[in-house]
Amino acid sequence: MINFTLNGLDVAVEKGFTLLEAAKFYGIELPTLCYNEALSPYGACRLCLVEVGIPGRSRLVSSCTYPAGEGLYVRTHSNRVIETRKLLIEMYLATCPGSKTIQDLASKYHVTRVRFKQKHEECILCGLCIRMCREQMQAKAIGFVERGGFRRISTPFEKKSEECRLCGGCMYICPACQARCQGPQEKSAVCNACLNLSPPCLERFDEMMCYMDPCVACEQNSRGEKSER
Amino acid sequence: MSFLQARLRSPEQFAAMQQKLRLRRESNERYVAICGDTGCAAWGSKNIRAVFQEKLDNLGVKEIAIRFTGCLGLCEYGPIVVVFPGEIFYQRVKEDDVEEILRETFLKGKVIQRLLYEDPLSDKKYVRASEIPFYRGQKRLLLGKHWKIDPVRIEDYLAIGGYSAAVEAFSGLDREQIIEEVKKSRLRGRGGAGFPAGLKWQECYETPADKKYIICNADEGDPGAFMDRSILEGNPHSILEGLLVGGYAVGAEEGLIYVRAEYPTAVEKLKLAISQAEELGLLGDNILDTGFHFKVSLSIGAGAFVCGETSALVASVEGRVGEPRQKPPHLAENGLWGKPTVINNAETLANVPLIFRLGSEGYGRIGTENSRGTKIFSLVGKVNNTGLVEVPLGMTLREIIFDIGGGIKEGKKFKAVQTGGPSGGCLPESLLDLPTDYEDLNASGSMMGSGGMIVMDEDTCMVDVARYFLRFLKDESCGKCFSCREGIGRMLELIDDICEGTGSPGHLEFLQEVARAVKDSTMCGLGQTSVNPVLSTIRYFEDEYRAHIEESRCPAGVCKDLIRFEIDKELCNGCGACLKSCPAEAIEGERKKPHGILDWKCTRCGICLETCAQGAVLKK
Repeated sequence: MINFTLNGLDVAVEKGFTLLEAAKFYGIELPTLCYNEALSPYGACRLCLVEVGIPGRSRLVSSCTYPAGEGLYVRTHSNRVIETRKLLIEMYLATCPGSKTIQDLASKYHVTRVRFKQKHEECILCGLCIRMCREQMQAKAIGFVERGGFRRISTPFEKKSEECRLCGGCMYICPACQARCQGPQEKSAVCNACLNLSPPCLERFDEMMCYMDPCVACEQNSRGEKSER
Repeated sequence: MSFLQARLRSPEQFAAMQQKLRLRRESNERYVAICGDTGCAAWGSKNIRAVFQEKLDNLGVKEIAIRFTGCLGLCEYGPIVVVFPGEIFYQRVKEDDVEEILRETFLKGKVIQRLLYEDPLSDKKYVRASEIPFYRGQKRLLLGKHWKIDPVRIEDYLAIGGYSAAVEAFSGLDREQIIEEVKKSRLRGRGGAGFPAGLKWQECYETPADKKYIICNADEGDPGAFMDRSILEGNPHSILEGLLVGGYAVGAEEGLIYVRAEYPTAVEKLKLAISQAEELGLLGDNILDTGFHFKVSLSIGAGAFVCGETSALVASVEGRVGEPRQKPPHLAENGLWGKPTVINNAETLANVPLIFRLGSEGYGRIGTENSRGTKIFSLVGKVNNTGLVEVPLGMTLREIIFDIGGGIKEGKKFKAVQTGGPSGGCLPESLLDLPTDYEDLNASGSMMGSGGMIVMDEDTCMVDVARYFLRFLKDESCGKCFSCREGIGRMLELIDDICEGTGSPGHLEFLQEVARAVKDSTMCGLGQTSVNPVLSTIRYFEDEYRAHIEESRCPAGVCKDLIRFEIDKELCNGCGACLKSCPAEAIEGERKKPHGILDWKCTRCGICLETCAQGAVLKK
């Protein structure tokens, strides 16, 4: 067992636990966007930040990728963590306002204003779809392309992928398009919002539609027609 | 060179051969060193070598050797030719000068005054290289060897004592002893972070594993920095020797040099150096019959700045996308192919043989208490003597810029110096007496980095400088962490506003808030230090930011949206020079009558200002 201090409590977890898993185990909630229990941790969204080290010599690390270590001094809700996390959420809102997951996070963590210029991107490049495709579906059909501001998700050589089995796992797990469901409205029991769903990949894959043809989510094929499924 | 062809089978054979080479070298010290590095090559040093060779062949002279060397330092005055014995330093040599040098200097022993270096400050001429103020102030333990060796000839390196540290290490010393020696020397990583090299080795040594790796990080990517390249190209064997010692100390049998594809000459020289060392039996199986196996291979990077980060480097070597990962686990536990790995910067490894030659105590006497040894800085920008300078750590910025660098170009005023590459900070005049050691630079909001040193004069806008470095980092961020990918872009957005005069009073505080969040929340060093150019310029040049925001004024006259060109009607004689040169056709006026600038057409390129002989064009 690994013994360390979590928010002032002496805790013990099994070897191999990450700080996020340890926090969850002890009932402490941390926000995440790029984390899923069934996939390997990646550490891209930076929302699960925790402060590691004694005050004055501490640093912020992503708890999903940081292994619990003997004698660590960990704080999950220090001022520094909260302030940084709020600014990150503000930046997420300014970048991808269309995601319900992000809007929910904003409300939950009291982010009430956006001081950045508003962008309307769809993908937050959390990489969940890529890991889903690789680790759970064993397809490895998609991956990151380019770097920095040009980074995007695509198929090899941006061609329609032979590896893709149209399973739809990538869309299922996406925090940007999966969470667009608004749920049934008060006036009717049927929502049907999904019928009008257009996943973010549409614009980017334009000619070839998306790597799923026909697309599982929008049920359109590359000629833009609704399929008969 | 018959004794070079045989494979060496024992440390004794090695010592005997080295002795022979040394004696041969001492008996004939007549040679000409021609700088073959990038700066001088661009000035045409390759042709100069060819002419030297041709003339020597014509004369039938055999005993004068030509050494086409690595960077000799004073790039500004290339091509550089140094005549030995006598260390006579000729600068800006042309092909036509070659014959004169041979005739006068080599045959008659006369110095050609015309080709000597003249100090721009004192107008004094210097004959010997070591007397020139640029070199006098330096301590060239690493770069000094460049004068003596041709990087393509292993015998040159052997003759000055090369590989003896490595042979001493694995023929006589325990691994613990070597690590202890390096720890005692307090050598710190020259790549930027300054982690003690001995401790790094020890961690890797103490991790049990069936296989270990040692990697030389030669992925130098800072704009305007070429320290590692100069060693790779000028003295590749010193890096191999450092790798050998390090590999033996940590118990690795495989070494790897990660060098960027943009350094084709370095790759070529390294390949040659590796094959030469293999032929001599200094690399390979059972080296000198000591039972130590060590092979070195090259890994060519595809030119991503972020691959200088150690975990991204490992990913790149393994063939994955060059992206950093969270540490721990550290590379000493889980590195290349999951095995314990040690990664040292090229300059760090080049320092290792030096520690053995000087002894850890001798080495430890150079520098300051916490920062020992020398450091190579790439001194560039608005300074008279641009080039590579090697100084003891702890030398003040003033000494480097003014004593060695010869002060600011064109007699302008010093404004700031940017240390540590794109992720470093800008330091103002008030900090010129700051010693260049790791702690002091960090405390001032900059860093040692890999050793870039960009000097800026009064015509530089610090907001614009921050913008430049942010642009670089935005492109070079791997894009994994949202905070780095998006955060750098957002900081750039705010700075763009400020430069365009659309910044609001809250911009500055908000920018600092974003910068602090990006620094705290990003995984690797690139993102964490990406805010340094912003925070340090705000810290030391807040007035300039305020002038942009509150008065819509760029004090240095750089930000195009905040400046305007006008023609003084009284001074203008209507010569029409500006009208002809204006690429935007924004100037009109009749001949011999005062001209005027159409503000809406003007692109603020400033060509009219440079063209006007009357000084009638004004920048406002």
